[in-house]
Amino acid sequence: MTAQPFVLQILNALAALLLLLSFAMLAQRRVVTLVNLLALQGAVLCAATLLLAWRTGEAHLYFSAALTLCLKVAFLPWLLHRLIRRLGVYWDTDTLLDTTGTMLVGLLVVVFAFGLAQPISALASTATRSAVGIAVAVILLAFLTMITRRKAMSQVVGFLSMENGLFFGAMSATYGMPMIVELGVALDVLVAMLVLGVFFFQIREQFDSLDLEHLQSLKEDR
Amino acid sequence: MIANLGSPLSAALALLCAWVVIGLAGLLRPMSLVFAGRTLFPLGAACGLALALAALLGIAAPTAHLTLPIGLPDLPMHVRCDALSCVFLCILGATSAGVSLFGAGYFRSGQGAPPGLLCLQYHLFLASMGFVLLADDAYGFMVAWETMALSSYFLVTTQHRIEEIRRAGFLYLLMAHLGAIAILLCFGVLQGGSWQFSFDAMRSAQLSPPRAGVALLLALVGFGAKAGLVPLHVWLPEAHPAAPSPVSALMSGVMLKVAVYGMLRVAFDLLGGPLWWWGLLPVSLGLFTALYGIVFAAAQTDMKRLLAYSSVKNIGILFTGIGLAIVFHGVGRPQLAALALVAVLYHSVNHAFMKSLLFLGTGVVLHSTGERNLGRLGGLIHRMPWVAWLTLVGTLAIAGLPPLNGFVSEWLLLQAFLFAFEVPHTFVNMLLPLGAGLVALTGALSGYVMVKFFGVVFLGKPREAAAAPAHDAGSLERGGLLWLASGCVILGLLPAQIVPVLARVAEQLHVGRLLPNGAPWWMLVPLQGRQASYAPLVFSCAVVAVVLLTIWVVRLLYHQRIRRVAPWDCGFGRLDARMQDTAEGFGQPIRHLFEPFFAMQRQLPSPFDPAPRYRVVIGDRIWNAAYAPLGALVQRIADAFAALQQGRIASYLLYGFITLIVLLALVL
Repeated sequence: MTAQPFVLQILNALAALLLLLSFAMLAQRRVVTLVNLLALQGAVLCAATLLLAWRTGEAHLYFSAALTLCLKVAFLPWLLHRLIRRLGVYWDTDTLLDTTGTMLVGLLVVVFAFGLAQPISALASTATRSAVGIAVAVILLAFLTMITRRKAMSQVVGFLSMENGLFFGAMSATYGMPMIVELGVALDVLVAMLVLGVFFFQIREQFDSLDLEHLQSLKEDR
Repeated sequence: MIANLGSPLSAALALLCAWVVIGLAGLLRPMSLVFAGRTLFPLGAACGLALALAALLGIAAPTAHLTLPIGLPDLPMHVRCDALSCVFLCILGATSAGVSLFGAGYFRSGQGAPPGLLCLQYHLFLASMGFVLLADDAYGFMVAWETMALSSYFLVTTQHRIEEIRRAGFLYLLMAHLGAIAILLCFGVLQGGSWQFSFDAMRSAQLSPPRAGVALLLALVGFGAKAGLVPLHVWLPEAHPAAPSPVSALMSGVMLKVAVYGMLRVAFDLLGGPLWWWGLLPVSLGLFTALYGIVFAAAQTDMKRLLAYSSVKNIGILFTGIGLAIVFHGVGRPQLAALALVAVLYHSVNHAFMKSLLFLGTGVVLHSTGERNLGRLGGLIHRMPWVAWLTLVGTLAIAGLPPLNGFVSEWLLLQAFLFAFEVPHTFVNMLLPLGAGLVALTGALSGYVMVKFFGVVFLGKPREAAAAPAHDAGSLERGGLLWLASGCVILGLLPAQIVPVLARVAEQLHVGRLLPNGAPWWMLVPLQGRQASYAPLVFSCAVVAVVLLTIWVVRLLYHQRIRRVAPWDCGFGRLDARMQDTAEGFGQPIRHLFEPFFAMQRQLPSPFDPAPRYRVVIGDRIWNAAYAPLGALVQRIADAFAALQQGRIASYLLYGFITLIVLLALVL
């Protein structure tokens, strides 16, 4: 393997950190810690973006980094923490698999993601193309997090983490999406978060709990 | 291209827009029955009358085009007005004038949808039918077609709180959509690889015979579903009774004709020249439909279902005529083709008038007695003479009795049929004239059905107390009925003037022309050589003279007094109103003769039963054999898919996850 420039090595290290954080989120049961991990993931993403911006000299990547910092490191975690305090949801439980099983499935998913990313990274001309596999893995792991959780709160965290993965994938494959798309996605996430925040209160009011199991009673009876 | 404002096309467009505006005006005061009934509906009737006049002028005028600045970015809406469109616009305008006038007095408060909304749906329905007739590209045609289907769906389900009516509406919508898909595919085939969807492009497209055959077949399915061709007729006897009577009148009188228009447009205009033997399918389907419809009509006990099945019969007659015209056109007998086409057009006009008249008549009966079941009506001619006498005109016309209009068109069709021996193909030229026998049979059965309809509803004595205090139609309703009835009479008396007008359509479509044959103005001679002729004025004068003479002679010879006494009871001593011939009893011979048509369930009481009940349920074999299994299959598949609905978000997310993985794996 040829020696890579120091900056790229740091970038790869950050990518690995992202994946590690995804696994940590998959295993984490405490909702507060989950949100903290999400904030940390955002911070790592921000650092990676800054580094890439510095290396490539693409001005809009600086802007992306600033956006990530404001939205994913500061605002959304703050909002989630506030929601947690007001709703009193501190713990979550698994629905389908236990922690060990989930981690094993997660491993398989990562292997799949890397296999999938190989042709994509072969096509990409960026310096960071090896990180595409990690981005796909982050997306799929976040999806897995959403599937295996019972509380609505954790699912939102999973959703946001999936967005992080998408962002990272776009960045490593093509040095980021066009500015307008990025702004649009950021706005979508923000709005989705606010709407979901309102939904939480509605769900709790209806069922006295944020446990999504209760939604089963909404199913049409035959 | 800008046409001058006086041309029939721009006048028709302006009147259609006026209908839309009238409909929207209904929303100004949605709950006001007086505003909708006394102001908007008469205005709509006036628009209809003006439209009929404009279209009548348009038949003689040259074809006019116009490109409207609305529609999709690359596909502006084309409209075109030729003789064919004008004939059907004339039907739309003239019929809707009568129906709207009737509707002004008909709709009552507190029945389903608010009057303002009803007014909007009604006038949108009218306008969309007009736009279908004017459209000159597939896009505009389909938009208008679907608007027509949807607005009529909402009209059918006016009383949507009744479960049965919702079901009927759903069935109607389903069949309408199946038909629309077939029509869309038909246009897709007709564009012939040019990907231009204006009708002009379709006219100039050169289709190979198999493609053209497929297009004609799709058109037959699509327009047949809308018109009620067997086996696609199932929605008709459900939707017509469900709708309010003016709506049934419009649907049966005009909307079915719009489907016939579509069939004619595709077969004779867009589709270059169809091969002669393709016409045999419409002929045979049409004949079967006619027989099927009229036999079922004879077995009905609900007066609106009876009329709906009679519409099925008439649609059968119309499609038979279309098929015959295709055959004659294909074998190079232009004069006969023109005759068949004229018969189709004439019958379309006639049926619009007479069926609307009859449906409106049932509407008055329904309002004043609250009863659709023939078994509970009777003797209404004493309570509602206006309705009874005007309906009598309609029943005589639809039964095909001579001085009235129904006779003329069926006679023209029979004439065309009798010349089918000129088709230069063995077997076909022997079998086709047999169709004339079938047409005559359905005509006779139609008379039977109409005797049953009129006799059971209006003659005899009231069978139930509810029918006794019935009152006659109001003045607006009477006006509508009178307009339609006089249409039936005029169309019957002046065929020699009307046929040349209709023949212009055949000429313009290059189907063929009826040669002038030097007949006097009061005599209808369809073909040369004096093989057959019909002088309706002379005939009706003779009929009137004979009737008057008979009355006079009877008065002279008899004691000149009218006595009203109870009928002789043969010494039995206990006659009541229920001991009259019933609708079931009247239909029994037909049910017996045509037993294979019906899926009948009968419960006969035992002779020793002190409280005997006789029950017969008549089912449609086609429904049982084709539709019921299909519906059950769809239901089973849907139930299988319903197992996916778990109510757990985790499962739904898992579906998404698995789908994503599978798709990604496929890409890999």
